[in-house]
Amino acid sequence: MLKIKDLNVSINGKKILKGFNLEVNAGEVHAIMGPNGSGKSTLASVIAGRDIFTVDSGEVTYMGKNLLDMPPDERAKEGLFLGFQYPVEIPGVSMINFMRTAINEKRKHYGLEPLTGMEFMKLMEEKKKIVEIQSKLTNRSVNEGFSGGEKKKNEIFQMAFLEPKLAILDETDSGLDIDALKVVANGVNALKKPDNASVVITHYQRLLDYIVPDFVHVLYDGRIVKSGSKELAIELEEKGYEWIKKEAGINEKAESTE
Amino acid sequence: MKELFIEIYNKNKELINANSNEYLRLLRSNAINIFKENGIPSNKTENWRHADIEKRLKHDYYFDFKSKSTSMNVEEIFKCDVYDLDTFSVTMLNGWFVYKNAPITQLEDGTIIGGLSKAIEVYPDIVEKYLGSAADMNKAGLVALNTAFLQDGLFIYVPDNVEVSKPVQIINIVNSEEKLFLQPRHLVVLGKNSKLTLVHCDHSLVHNINFSNTVSEVFVGENAMFENYKVQNIGDNSSLLTNLFIQQKNGSKVSNNALILNGGFTKNYVDVSINGKNCHADLYGLYLVDDKQFADNQVFVKHAEPESTSNQLYKGILDDMAKGVFSGKVLVNKDAQKTQAYQNNNNILLTDDAKIYTQPHLEIYADDVKCSHGATVGQLDPDALFYLHSRGLCEKTARQLLMYAFASEIVNEISIPALRETINIMVEKRLRGELSICDQCLLHCNDKETAVFNIDLNKI
Repeated sequence: MLKIKDLNVSINGKKILKGFNLEVNAGEVHAIMGPNGSGKSTLASVIAGRDIFTVDSGEVTYMGKNLLDMPPDERAKEGLFLGFQYPVEIPGVSMINFMRTAINEKRKHYGLEPLTGMEFMKLMEEKKKIVEIQSKLTNRSVNEGFSGGEKKKNEIFQMAFLEPKLAILDETDSGLDIDALKVVANGVNALKKPDNASVVITHYQRLLDYIVPDFVHVLYDGRIVKSGSKELAIELEEKGYEWIKKEAGINEKAESTE
Repeated sequence: MKELFIEIYNKNKELINANSNEYLRLLRSNAINIFKENGIPSNKTENWRHADIEKRLKHDYYFDFKSKSTSMNVEEIFKCDVYDLDTFSVTMLNGWFVYKNAPITQLEDGTIIGGLSKAIEVYPDIVEKYLGSAADMNKAGLVALNTAFLQDGLFIYVPDNVEVSKPVQIINIVNSEEKLFLQPRHLVVLGKNSKLTLVHCDHSLVHNINFSNTVSEVFVGENAMFENYKVQNIGDNSSLLTNLFIQQKNGSKVSNNALILNGGFTKNYVDVSINGKNCHADLYGLYLVDDKQFADNQVFVKHAEPESTSNQLYKGILDDMAKGVFSGKVLVNKDAQKTQAYQNNNNILLTDDAKIYTQPHLEIYADDVKCSHGATVGQLDPDALFYLHSRGLCEKTARQLLMYAFASEIVNEISIPALRETINIMVEKRLRGELSICDQCLLHCNDKETAVFNIDLNKI
């Protein structure tokens, strides 16, 4: 589904991703962990198509297509979803108007008629249940005045609504209390299907108690330095990132002496 | 230029003053003298620096002194269907009040609605008490000119304790083969504890060159409420100059909302004198201009008495080579302690060629007040745009949605649901580039053959 090969990304001349590789297949849940500044959010943004980053080299293939050639809205229409670490507040744009526009643009992309008002409202009600989102939130402007937890729930709600093939969740757990965390995790689990996949980016292992990953990758200094099963996440929680840094540091030294 | 107007005045003096009483004749001759003194506002003065009025005035305009207030069937003339209105609707055609049944009507509750020229005849006591007393002829551009040529306009009198249940809608129509120069004059008087909502629709049916120089005077009595909406949607060849003077007494509330949706040249001057305690004035404005259009809002609020509040919020989106001006001034007199006055002007420039000149300022002589002013000029928020893109909204849709959101803050201040809904649709259309001069505001004339006036706010 998603193949990233030797990806090098920089912003304002500063290298962030340095030879990043990842392969995600349908039905899989990947967790990407790593200390602050390792490049986790950059990875998410580049996959979604944020243009403030420069892709210096490398390939990203999504469903057989060159993802880097596609504008962000097309990526979304083709089933890619980014759950933002910091969802943007957009005063004046109602959630209802936003979601209705989004779903109908996607339907148009696939040659489908727009949803009628009735069909749309029915879909909204259905999806609201998945994330236990309160009705009042969908009546407000996008994320405006939402608490941290509400914003993250709203991301999962949008994900439920747009039914992506590949969801990238960027630190969806940050700033959540345990109840909100459960709601978010339940939402992600409920949406899991054999033909879709998700990449969960997180700093802590906590979220992975609720979303069980098939693979855990450790990102450090712009590339994956260790991959493993969910046990790796538990090890990280116990030992912290220091040993990873040491291991990676040894490798770096080894490289530089070559 | 000034001499030309004076010459027109002298030539038509008899016509202008025909059937006028002593009071009006004096008012006019006083006004022409002030105009002789002041002339056309120069672009060297601060308030006219960016408004190229000379260029707009230089056409060979036609003045209509003969029509007088007339009875006519507006529907027939324009081949239109007027649905049952949920407003009291009055029409001004080429600056003259037109009516179906009577030139002036007194409703059961005592409210008087009609043409100003008739009101002077029938209710001279009321008219003479107020007319000309708020509109300072030395203050704003062409108020003296309007007063010198004063003929007709709308007159509304709301007695004490009367709340006019339906909004009154004034439709200013310009429809002439000539290059018309019109100067409507409106007078509105609200008694104690009364309430009135006005909806002005400025509308030109023709693409011809024309110029409107409007003056309105509004007197808001103690604890009265006055709401005023201006929907300005005129052609690129039309020039619209409005001067609104409002005087407030103790406990009164005023809300003014000027919505410029289209127009070659629009300059609105709003002058509010808060002459009482516990008053409040909300002054809103929205301007959506593109091409080479020009929108200018000048606001002056004077706090003469203590413990009143005022709030100005103007927002604009400017595209192409459009030019906008906001000039807001709050004057707080020495005695106006505990005043709260706020000013804000926010703009989005969509191109490098679009321009906005914004100048919010405060002049405070009291020492115990809360005042603030601010202005922003920017582009659409790139983070918000990316957020929308990431949900599948294409560039165009995302931009439109954000522009609409920006504008909706002003639209949402409209308290009449039907009008708010209509304006919402118009704003959306405007931002999609679909609202043309022939796809009119509250009036519809999509097809020239079968022009339809749909004045019912509910039906659109």
